[in-house]
Amino acid sequence: MRFTPHTAEDRREMLRQIGVNSVEELFSDLPESVRLNRPLDLPQGLSESEVARLLDSLAAQDLDMQNHVSFLGAGAYDRYIPSVVGEMLRRSEFYTAYTPYQPEISQGTLQAIFEFQSLIAALTGLDIAQASLYDGATAVAEAAMLAWGQTGRQRIVVARSVDPQYRGVLRTYAHGRGLEVVELPLRDGRAAAEDIAGAAEGAACVIVQHPNFFGLLEDVDSLVKATHAAGALYIAVADPISLAVLRPPGAYGADVAVGEGQALGIAASFGGPYLGFMAARQEYLRRLPGRIVGETADHDGRRGYVLTFQTREQHIRREKATSNICTNQGLMALAATIYTTLLGPGGLKQAAALSIEGAHRLGDGIGGALGVELAFSGPYAFELALRSRAGVEDVQAAMLAAGMLGPLDLERFYPELPGHMLLSVTEKRTTEEIDRLLGVLQGVEA
Amino acid sequence: MKTIFEEHEPGRGTEYLPSREVDLGALLPSAEIRKELPLPQLSEVQAVRHFTGLSRRNYGVDNGFYPLGSCTMKYNPKINEDTTRLPGFAQAHPYQPEETVQGALQLMWELQRDLCEITGMDAVSLQPAAGAHGELTGILIVRAYHEARGDGKRTQVIVPDSAHGTNPATAAMAGFEVVHVPSDERGGVDVDALRALASDKTAALMLTNPNTLGVFDERITEIAEIIHAQGGLLYYDGANLNAVLGHSRPGDMGFDIVHLNLHKTFSTPHGGGGPGSGPVGVKAHLRDFLPMPVVTHEDGRYHLSHDAPHSIGQMRSFYGNFGVLVRAYTYIRALGGAGLREVADDAVLNANYVLSLIRDHFELPFERIPKHEFVVAPPEDLVREKGVKTLDIAKRLLDFDFHPPTVYFPLIVHEAMMIEPTETETKETLQAFARTLCGIVDEARENPDYVKSAPHDTVVGRLDEARAVKQPKLLERLGG
Repeated sequence: MRFTPHTAEDRREMLRQIGVNSVEELFSDLPESVRLNRPLDLPQGLSESEVARLLDSLAAQDLDMQNHVSFLGAGAYDRYIPSVVGEMLRRSEFYTAYTPYQPEISQGTLQAIFEFQSLIAALTGLDIAQASLYDGATAVAEAAMLAWGQTGRQRIVVARSVDPQYRGVLRTYAHGRGLEVVELPLRDGRAAAEDIAGAAEGAACVIVQHPNFFGLLEDVDSLVKATHAAGALYIAVADPISLAVLRPPGAYGADVAVGEGQALGIAASFGGPYLGFMAARQEYLRRLPGRIVGETADHDGRRGYVLTFQTREQHIRREKATSNICTNQGLMALAATIYTTLLGPGGLKQAAALSIEGAHRLGDGIGGALGVELAFSGPYAFELALRSRAGVEDVQAAMLAAGMLGPLDLERFYPELPGHMLLSVTEKRTTEEIDRLLGVLQGVEA
Repeated sequence: MKTIFEEHEPGRGTEYLPSREVDLGALLPSAEIRKELPLPQLSEVQAVRHFTGLSRRNYGVDNGFYPLGSCTMKYNPKINEDTTRLPGFAQAHPYQPEETVQGALQLMWELQRDLCEITGMDAVSLQPAAGAHGELTGILIVRAYHEARGDGKRTQVIVPDSAHGTNPATAAMAGFEVVHVPSDERGGVDVDALRALASDKTAALMLTNPNTLGVFDERITEIAEIIHAQGGLLYYDGANLNAVLGHSRPGDMGFDIVHLNLHKTFSTPHGGGGPGSGPVGVKAHLRDFLPMPVVTHEDGRYHLSHDAPHSIGQMRSFYGNFGVLVRAYTYIRALGGAGLREVADDAVLNANYVLSLIRDHFELPFERIPKHEFVVAPPEDLVREKGVKTLDIAKRLLDFDFHPPTVYFPLIVHEAMMIEPTETETKETLQAFARTLCGIVDEARENPDYVKSAPHDTVVGRLDEARAVKQPKLLERLGG
């Protein structure tokens, strides 16, 4: 299947106009030694109907959250996405455009980003937000780089209760800049302010996720206080749905808030594409990575939007740029903007509240179940860390047999937590499904 | 157009979720519960009209010709949009057990293998989320490689003066000092200057080939020898791979590391600036440094392998922009090897055709056969005497419903205009564009002010960028 339109006659006419005899002549400056003098060893091209069948057959080999009941979360969530989101995202004026280099014909993209920035600032309770980053993990890493640039300090402190994927990426980025990463230990599944004093001495920032990877609420007030006492920036990692019901980072004193926006209307899609967001206090505007959109006007006073404060960016500042990121995660930011607009404050709160209610129904049920218990004692939101006497693999197998997906084996990321696992509840889980899961958990032990 | 904040009407909204009342106070400490949530409230039809309205103030490849140099704005096949949304892909959770995602893993494994074949590399990671992210991955691999050899003195990365801004920005993020090598009079790397710059401090040279001037660096083997003789690595920025698909492979040119832009070469839509995908390929001696996980195939099953003690670590959550990988895989399967080579043929044919139609009206920095794109500048006297610049010509193109070329890049060409037609355009579209572009140059001689005040037919005119910085308004809040 080809997507090139030329007929043989087209090609002849074009070559004649160019003044050469063959397309090969246009490649005549490729040295013989670097030419590939054989066909690429790839499968034969297919017609559209054959490609569709091939991809159908691959996708059909997978189980998914449509034909199974998912209790998996841990950074990627099975939330309800209104039909409008998919419908609007398929408007090709959005998805076949590139980054808005020509603002006069990109007002749709630019205004959508402006609205995205506004929504993220409102959700996080902070002064400013940028146009988005690749995902939550890289947003955490970029926030640490911002803190390093701001303070000149070489140490990054991160709570061990932060998503292990985020900590992994943070370590990779930090190594590039030659920065040291220090972890705050788990204290009953959470970070403790007492541990900050020593670790944050001379640190650029302290990074804390709230609710944390285990779903637990951190004691953010004491953590912020200890962080600022050490002269470091406090970087909050937050799930945007949780921000509908929990005190936002701006209200408890965070300097920067970052997170994963997948929960805002983006499919789980086996891990990507997702959406990183970053909001900050006003004073960090010129240190933000990536795109920022601002409002302005044309010569007739008509309102319009442009990319702005671009002197932070790689195409202008080159090796002195705040980051090497070129664009943003445009279509994903648009999805989040549409989703948040549709749900509104009431819908977002309801998504959060139903999830928390479901998680607690599960948690309360587990209290009585033999063999499985809550791993930690603090208050929790959407997620529950459990300790099982049966193997985690047995739980996974039993759930799968019952048409369910989950849990995540925590030992994979926390060797100190053998037999621990993580379950997640979203607003899509019904009480019947939660009760059925409780039955499965009891059955594993029996 | 109003913003969603201006559309807000308290009490509006649609019931997407069960309305069961939840007593949060009974579930969470009351001090933690948020009091206010200042988000706009719109009815569904308002939201649909709002976002439909925004889309109509946009211009994509489906609207018309988009010859944005260096960005490869080719047509995006619609089948890709369907395959990526199949439930087995779109609704798969990244933490599902391997045995429940064999289809997704098989797709990734085959794509890794195909990209190796296309680039002449030995191993590929699909994890990087975009081109710039792939660059950072590649340069961190450079760093890890030298570190593993105990070679701590390699502090420099050499970058041509024609390079994308991401190249120096990336090298700095990976902790390297950036050294610039000039271009020669034929638009390639100045090999003598490179020889003088290369030393035992050289960690790598980053190169795009064909380069940002659209010309193939004929001395590539010599360049590779210079860098390798000094113990450095050669990094291929895959931005322009579209030009040489099936004709020449970075691996055969001497490159050790390559990143690809799946959203360019393999026709996944650019999404208004993302998501992209920037896989990184390496030669065998660098395989152990790739980010984890990679997909392996053993005993008839596909696995996510995390086993790599020398790996640079993780570059993002999970396994990459999987939804983009599905589109690229679909595209590669549709075209096959012969189809991919034809992509390069027609991309280069189209660029040369447009150049042949406009060359009398523009200045050429180099007399070379361009590949998939080329750089020109407006006639020098037009700029000098009439004050009409590249920006003005670009803005005037908007009135004729064309997306302008990339302007003012590469930096080494004064008033640069970089045109990349791509392979998917018809002869008639190319002719119409060339006619319009030449017409604007003619018009500018007669009526320069009209060109300088363009565009005239867009929803807004030229916007005041200085004001956006001086009186910043970066967001809106409810109640103004």
